[in-house]
Amino acid sequence: MHARNSQTTFLALTAAALIALTGCSASAGSPEESTAPAAPAGDSVDMVNGWVKAADSGMSAAFGDLENTGTSDVTVVSVDTEASSALELHETVENETGEMIMREKTDGFTISAGESLSLEPGGNHIMLMDLTNPIQAGDEITFTLTFSDDSTSEFTVPAKDYAGANENYEGGEEMDMDGMDMGEDMNMDEDTDMGGHSE
Amino acid sequence: MSSDRTTDHTGRSGVSRRGLLFGGAVAGIGAAAAVGADVLLNRSQPESASSRSRDAAAALHGNETVDYYGTHQAGIATTPQAHATFVALDLHAETDRAALRRMMQILTEDAARLTQGEPALADSEPELVTVPARLTVTFGFGPEFVTRAAGSGALPAWLGPLPAFTIDRLEAAWNDGDLLLQIASDDAFTVAHATRMLLKDARSFASVRWTQAGFRRAIGSEKPGTTMRNLFGQVDGTTNPSPDDDDFAQLVWANGGWLAGGTSFVLRRTHMNLDKWDRLDRSGREQSVGRTLANGAPLTGVHEHDEPEFEAKTSIGFPVIPEFSHIRRARSENTDERIFRRAYNYDHAPAGAEISDSGLLFVSYQADVTKQFVPIQRRLDELDLLNEWTTPIGSAVFAIPPGCAEGGYIGETLLA
Repeated sequence: MHARNSQTTFLALTAAALIALTGCSASAGSPEESTAPAAPAGDSVDMVNGWVKAADSGMSAAFGDLENTGTSDVTVVSVDTEASSALELHETVENETGEMIMREKTDGFTISAGESLSLEPGGNHIMLMDLTNPIQAGDEITFTLTFSDDSTSEFTVPAKDYAGANENYEGGEEMDMDGMDMGEDMNMDEDTDMGGHSE
Repeated sequence: MSSDRTTDHTGRSGVSRRGLLFGGAVAGIGAAAAVGADVLLNRSQPESASSRSRDAAAALHGNETVDYYGTHQAGIATTPQAHATFVALDLHAETDRAALRRMMQILTEDAARLTQGEPALADSEPELVTVPARLTVTFGFGPEFVTRAAGSGALPAWLGPLPAFTIDRLEAAWNDGDLLLQIASDDAFTVAHATRMLLKDARSFASVRWTQAGFRRAIGSEKPGTTMRNLFGQVDGTTNPSPDDDDFAQLVWANGGWLAGGTSFVLRRTHMNLDKWDRLDRSGREQSVGRTLANGAPLTGVHEHDEPEFEAKTSIGFPVIPEFSHIRRARSENTDERIFRRAYNYDHAPAGAEISDSGLLFVSYQADVTKQFVPIQRRLDELDLLNEWTTPIGSAVFAIPPGCAEGGYIGETLLA
């Protein structure tokens, strides 16, 4: 009930209708128009089951399923929200020491046509690098995705009290790691992890 | 008892089977045989092992769901599930009106998803939600919640602790609360996960005050609609109103103001002294209530749903249903003084020399606590032989707000 994709959906439907009309006129005798430009990527992407982790300060992350309902592959290249002064697209990978770490995915998230990209704790996610205000449980946070064709898509998700999503961050060497078990156990205390980090 | 009820509703085999087996002589046969009859009649048709395995697929109930959205919250008129957990929470000092709204939006979304077999958002055990087994989640508000949400002017007159009763031995640990979660399912596992998920989302706003878990018969153990028994062995709830009754809405649902479509919730944690009850013989047990233990029929009747004849006298002139009996004391001339019960049994580890710590989570819903519940409890407080073996040790009253439509949230009539 929180995801607000109605406008995006409306635009997508409008775009689909326009394509249909164009296709119609094309078949009626304008073959050169059959190479109509693809719909903007932003019109075909919906956030489903989205949520963001509540946090008092520092870093947080947003999760959910990004569904590409269109017929072309799309690539998310950046994301913005008023809730954070900086955001990154992150992936979680194993580093050379066998540790699972998260790092920026500089080439963006590509979602194949008709497919869904799962953003989840321990996997790909949208990283809020520096919260402008505390995100409290139940807050509704709006994000804007920007795609490789410069189109955008907006979604709003609720904040959830979530104890997980404490993966090590590769760029976070300046974090206070004292006393933390850096082996199998990645359940770092929120205060020393996300809250203690500043970019 | 279900054989009667089932017959009433469907006109099928209940009575004819009884007639065939016992020729209407149930009242005259011995207690042991009557227990056997009762058990047999409530059980599903005897089946051979092979026919049981043939029907195994049809007997799965895990996928069954109860609609979440609606005029009333689910979990009240819903046929009672086998398991229920009641949780009362205390609001944190800083949980203000805006925070209450955020909390109820989150909890509503959790409940809407979990009851339909969908993981909550951020559910870290999504595999545990696939067996809803008629899961319902029902929210209730205590006086502090209502006051913070909309000021004391929004308080229903009856919302607060019940008047003191002389029989009460209340323990603070089981009393009151600001927010109630009633989580019920035919599967105790489902209740456990839903409870944890909801409490994770509530912990930013409130902390647990008490948790009380109860049970009825497992689903499939006896015919649906069978009146429950309590751990004294009594058939408990024979005259309970049915959601199908014409006057159910008038008795249960509040009208007017933010509570329209809601109701009130009373939970009386009632300890049952089974060790003392053991010392009472069968006729004494039946006289304390006014009903037979065999099938719950009034002492003047044969079938469970026979109307008691309070004027009937024994050969030496005493009332057949004693003046001090529970059913005589609980009943009012005023038909408005009725409540809708939805009780659960509890059975915890004993302490000290006792061998059981058991009782009843007496739960009732009524449009108005003061007009409906309190007069009944007053009469039972003044005189009810059953008080010899039962002791109220916890008491809580909550306002149950109405249900909501998809896109809305529980409590919106108070918080929007």
